[in-house]
Amino acid sequence: MSGTNAIHGIVLVGAMLIAGSADSTLEQVLAFVAVVFATVNVVGGFLVTDRMLEMFKRKPEPREPE
Amino acid sequence: MTFALSQTSINVAYLVASVCLIIGIKRLSSPATARSGNVVAAVGMAIAIVFTLLSPAIDSYWLIAAGVAVGTVIGVASARMVKMTAMPQMVALFNGVGGGAAALIAAAEFHRLTPAPGHVLPEYVGAMLFSALIGSISFSGSLVAFAKLQELLPGRPIVFAGQQIVNGILFLALLGVGVLAGTMEAGIWMVVLLLGALLFGVLLVLPIGGADMPVVISLLNAFTGLAAASTGFVLENTALIIGGTLVGASGTLLTILMGRAMNRSLANVLFGAFGAAPAAVAAPASGGRGEAKSYREISAEDCAVMLAYASRVVIVPGYGLAVAQAQHNVRELADLLEKRGVDVKYAIHPVAGRMPGHMNVLLAEANVPYPQLYDMEDINPEFPRTDVALIIGANDVTNPAARDDPESPLYGMPILNVDQSTNVVVLKRSMSPGFAGIGNDLFYRANTAMLFGDAKASVENLVAAVKAA
Repeated sequence: MSGTNAIHGIVLVGAMLIAGSADSTLEQVLAFVAVVFATVNVVGGFLVTDRMLEMFKRKPEPREPE
Repeated sequence: MTFALSQTSINVAYLVASVCLIIGIKRLSSPATARSGNVVAAVGMAIAIVFTLLSPAIDSYWLIAAGVAVGTVIGVASARMVKMTAMPQMVALFNGVGGGAAALIAAAEFHRLTPAPGHVLPEYVGAMLFSALIGSISFSGSLVAFAKLQELLPGRPIVFAGQQIVNGILFLALLGVGVLAGTMEAGIWMVVLLLGALLFGVLLVLPIGGADMPVVISLLNAFTGLAAASTGFVLENTALIIGGTLVGASGTLLTILMGRAMNRSLANVLFGAFGAAPAAVAAPASGGRGEAKSYREISAEDCAVMLAYASRVVIVPGYGLAVAQAQHNVRELADLLEKRGVDVKYAIHPVAGRMPGHMNVLLAEANVPYPQLYDMEDINPEFPRTDVALIIGANDVTNPAARDDPESPLYGMPILNVDQSTNVVVLKRSMSPGFAGIGNDLFYRANTAMLFGDAKASVENLVAAVKAA
């Protein structure tokens, strides 16, 4: 599920289109926040998914905690 | 910018990106290919983003650069620092900001187009309002889900009298405001719509608790997908439409499947039993039978002997195990038992943990072999032949009331039938009820023994005692 979570970060495309053509200050502020939000979604989503999937990798040497 | 590409080449790139996303999602569905699937999806995303940057529609880059820089720092930092146990609320948070972004895009487009009333095409207005509405609901709903999972808010359902009526009226009012915003094309109505939708998102998630949390996160995930797809219609952007629809569809399916795993319809999850639970919780299932019901306590030593001389042991991990970070110790215990010839299996309830697949991730972190993990349907027939069911920090998913007691708010949810095994040992800190705030009759059964203490400390004691046994 976390994987699809990253994919709706595709709104970043929309946020960039808006940010790249915003004229008024209000639009710029809205677009800036939208770009930040969407980037957090994309970057965080993929990284977190990758970290979780890494857990499933067979590790060569099972380590004891600590 | 002189190096701007033609719309055709951008559309071709979007098509390639979309294919990558679809292949990525497909590969993510199987544990063996999931990691590469995630990479393929990320590549697809990168293609979509790069070609968008080359679009002639973009006049200035500084705002994008600043936003991406800030977002990357926040995203990387939070994704790296978060503990495995806290993953579900992190996913909720990422989901929320995605929805928020969709709502902001809709608001900005609305502002840009409305100075010339009558200029906005009706089909755009519809999509714009839909993005604003669903995106805002997803944003505030996800934040409440985050706060609940992070235990900033109580995890149990929060309800007040007439809540469903208030929610219903608010939703109808939002539709009305949407029509006003669409026809008047006045910014004030857009603001009212956004604020109202934020409030609605809060009210929607507040009454939901316990085992329903993963379902809600999955639903909000689908919402954000739909909001993103809808902004695609506003901006006439195929990558957005396809990407958003993919998430919307797969998220909706996952939500329905999870609902089915709990034998509840979506409407029931959102407005049903758990929302109405407080009446039952206030007069808990155990209430009629009194506080004086007796339970049996067991020492780590006795439990270890029981485990060591058993032939079949099933471990039922729950969120308590995750919180205590005991997954490594549990594996050590399982290894010791296996060395003594005990057959050890893990029973994974579909909603174990706080997110679909959460428990699998945690056990995988501790190198528990994947074939030892059994889904509910596969493990339930095994319980009557099981000598000891060891329940570590799980509660609601083992509650026999879900099977036997039509009065219970859990009634109808498929559970792990641990009570059918010869012995049940519950590792738990105290007799307090679970996340959903519902008492568990299992603890008082004759074949159940309680091993009190922090899950990690208890398992450590068991390991030491099994070594000595």
